[in-house]
Amino acid sequence: MTKDVVLDHVSIRFGSYTAVDNAHLSIQGGEFFSFLGPSGCGKTTLLRCISGFVQPTEGRVLIGGQDMKNVGPNKRPTALIFQNLALFPLLSVAENIAFPLEVRGVGRKDRRKRADELLEMIALPGTGDKKVHELSGGQRQRVAIARALAADPDILLLDEPLSALDLKLRQHMRTELRAIQQRVGLTFIYITHDQGEALTMSDRVAVMNAGVIEQVGDPKTIYNRPRTPFVASFVGETNSIPGQVVAQFGTTVTLQTPLGTLSGQSGGGRDHRPGAACLLFIRPEQLFTSGSAPGANSFLADCEAEEFEGSVQTLHLKAAGLPLRLCRMNAGGLTAAAPGPGALTIGYDPQAAIVLPQGADADAAA
Amino acid sequence: MSALRRIFAGMASRHGLGVAFFVAGAVLVWIFVLIVLPQVAMLDFSLRHNLPRSEIGGPRDVYTLDNYRYFLFGSGSGLNTLDMGVLVKTFAAAAFVTLIDIVICYPIAFILAHSATGVGARLMIVGLIVPFWINDILRAFAFRVLFGATGVVNGIGQALGLWDTPVDFIRADVALYSALAYTYVLMMVFSIYGAVETLDRNQIEAARDMGASWWRVHWRVVLPVAKPGIASGATMVFMLTAGALAAPQILGGPSNLWFTQLIYQWFNDAGDWQRGAAYSTILLIACLIFVFLTMRVFRVSIGAIGK
Repeated sequence: MTKDVVLDHVSIRFGSYTAVDNAHLSIQGGEFFSFLGPSGCGKTTLLRCISGFVQPTEGRVLIGGQDMKNVGPNKRPTALIFQNLALFPLLSVAENIAFPLEVRGVGRKDRRKRADELLEMIALPGTGDKKVHELSGGQRQRVAIARALAADPDILLLDEPLSALDLKLRQHMRTELRAIQQRVGLTFIYITHDQGEALTMSDRVAVMNAGVIEQVGDPKTIYNRPRTPFVASFVGETNSIPGQVVAQFGTTVTLQTPLGTLSGQSGGGRDHRPGAACLLFIRPEQLFTSGSAPGANSFLADCEAEEFEGSVQTLHLKAAGLPLRLCRMNAGGLTAAAPGPGALTIGYDPQAAIVLPQGADADAAA
Repeated sequence: MSALRRIFAGMASRHGLGVAFFVAGAVLVWIFVLIVLPQVAMLDFSLRHNLPRSEIGGPRDVYTLDNYRYFLFGSGSGLNTLDMGVLVKTFAAAAFVTLIDIVICYPIAFILAHSATGVGARLMIVGLIVPFWINDILRAFAFRVLFGATGVVNGIGQALGLWDTPVDFIRADVALYSALAYTYVLMMVFSIYGAVETLDRNQIEAARDMGASWWRVHWRVVLPVAKPGIASGATMVFMLTAGALAAPQILGGPSNLWFTQLIYQWFNDAGDWQRGAAYSTILLIACLIFVFLTMRVFRVSIGAIGK
């Protein structure tokens, strides 16, 4: 069974400090939903609010259509997986997993049976009698998930559960988490500051900054069509070029920039007045070198350095004093960029570039 | 021995030879001169007859178990139920005081470690330390004033109409147990605090999140972590209570004798140091056995106490 979660104009304040400012969204049952943002953006507070450890100062949290006001964390259909997992070190692995069942008064034999089933599911059969400290980081991770699932929740809340793992394991666990989610079909609400995790696993992502949800959308929209400068620069690498609006035709905005006249798509479908200060965001992989002389939507740049990462080559460019990065795939025999001033003509696809007003915040995006 | 030598060498290389000698000397004096030697002397005393001065070193000055035999059988042939009864009663009372302290201190230590912050926490700690500034005898008399027939407690109780005639708290040992529990609260709080403080708060929240009641959170998550602290605190409180003299002397009911008072009587009133030494040794060994047995029952390892 799955339940949806609705945040109805939720604000959370601690004294004069606003941790979460007017969060308003709904998460569908069975969805893998991520809150993505830098540390201190309020995402953990929001998660603790959904799980019941923090009360909203304003607004309501609804789970399955039911107002969760005055419903304690032990009475909610949610299970929280903590950043440091919070496994009980003095209990065995099986006792840890069966803890939610013990709470409900399930008998010892049935508890053990269920724990063994869950251990089977997380591919750790036969480890029930071990102590938690005898397991590796990734195994503990899976035990924490099993323990949360043993509670038979409708919604699983995950607070950066992969952050303690090393890179390889983290990438492996991403796939695993997604697979578990699809197998059990529960609503997963995932908190992370790692955009890679958010983009690879989620059905939808909410990007948070300073307590405000700046954009909600599927990973592709978040990456390709950011609605605020924060989302554009926080999610993935990007180049930002300041300029002033010359004209707008439909969604295409033309800017006067230090690199010449460049155009892009208006982010969030805004209308820009001529003369308004804007930023043009172009992803490094959208830039390309061109053999011809600069024309429309292209400019000259110096190549200052080159990084070779195997599959990808990154060029550090400088154009009219602005540092830019260009990424290209190693599609068999890359020629090194020719050094020297003004030696390269750089082009991009104006359909893939985004124009956003400078200093745009979430209010403008909403 | 080689481990000791290694510690000495390590200290010498890190802090210099002077420091190493000072530490080694201080530890030696502490253990041998201040603890082992007097105890050995006491043990030696306890195994001798109480002889007049002129006969010491004479033919009658031989080792004997007579003083220990006296504890078991008295001067007659039957069992010395009086003295053994006093020992059992002392232990029961000390165990009771220890239990009271556990009940009082567990919540205090938990709150101190996981809820109290800033001024509140500091005030709590000051409040716990202050009782230690007051000396034993003064504290005992203060409790006499508090619990006496015309004392504060009786005054308030009668003024509120809770009881009509003054209650004899002294005879009922309420005053004595209160004073002893009050005295050693700090030992217990800090022992439990040290253990509970290491508990990760997330574990409490995780248990809550999984539906556990507060009762179960404490029983399954907090208490197992607190157990070594409770054991070490209980050991200290029990030993100190069983060995207390001033409080039972001043606050003890007329019919109630503490085992330390027996020892005191042998040493002081009877002038029989040999028998007093034997009784001291009996108290020490009985205490150790009792503590080890209790720890066995509650499945706490000896090493956990050092934590």
